[in-house]
Amino acid sequence: MKSLEELRELREKVEKDMQMRKETNQPKIIIGMGTCGIAAGAREILKAVMEEIDKRDLDVEVTQTGCIGMCEKEPLMDVKLPGKDRITYGNLTREDVKRIVVNHVINGNVVDELVIARLAE
Amino acid sequence: MKELALHILDIAENSIKAETDELNIEINEDTRENEFEIVIEDDGKGIEKEKLENITDPFVTSRKTRPVGLGLSLFKAAAQRCNGNFEIDSDSNGTSVKAVFEHDHIDRAPLGNMAQSIVSILLWDSNLELTYEHRYNENQFIFTTKEIKKELEDVKITDNKILNWLKDYIDENIREIRGGEFN
Repeated sequence: MKSLEELRELREKVEKDMQMRKETNQPKIIIGMGTCGIAAGAREILKAVMEEIDKRDLDVEVTQTGCIGMCEKEPLMDVKLPGKDRITYGNLTREDVKRIVVNHVINGNVVDELVIARLAE
Repeated sequence: MKELALHILDIAENSIKAETDELNIEINEDTRENEFEIVIEDDGKGIEKEKLENITDPFVTSRKTRPVGLGLSLFKAAAQRCNGNFEIDSDSNGTSVKAVFEHDHIDRAPLGNMAQSIVSILLWDSNLELTYEHRYNENQFIFTTKEIKKELEDVKITDNKILNWLKDYIDENIREIRGGEFN
């Protein structure tokens, strides 16, 4: 069983990471978590994002938003790299999340076939 | 919704949008009484009286994007489908939602991934104080962000590594009290 002792050790590790990171240039990932998103599997998309960031030890800000009126394309996820357009991806699966994290978030290449909207900076 | 944990996530988000500081989620499972009770209580700004009467009608909502809201309607329908009941109460000091299901009803959705629902709720707002109390017959698990935040000192509870750890921690404890049961 996990113990709070383990949490204290993790805290010390996270504190060290924090000192090395600058929060201003973080990529952002935003996940649609309205009722429509949740019913379509958004929580599993969030889970996949969180696991992928952890596995690859990335410095990314993950946030959530409510329904934005594109319920039929849920689950939705936006990626915003510093200084770049905000890209909205839709109808996502867990596998898509891995591709987007590797290609877009890490390497800066938008995964065109999954894009449903672009918002210029 | 495929899981009760998804309903809970959805209803908790109403609380967050209502500027809640403290959120309590309680699950009481009593297999001998054949009851599965879920209570979600917040100290948010509440629902106006005129609205409260019809709040589980899909065409009554406080949302702005369109005049249809499904969260509470779906949760109520899920409870009623399982010979259960549903209550909502609200004033300017907060809102409480209670749903009861027959534990062994064929239409009762499984609890599902409650740990992931909890960390999704925590990710909304690092200032939120959440208490989660889960009872399964004589066993219980209590999780409070106040206790966790004491351990974290300056590290935010919304840090990705912390949330992933908390997810596993909560999941282990829920499995433990439910005897490893997934349903």
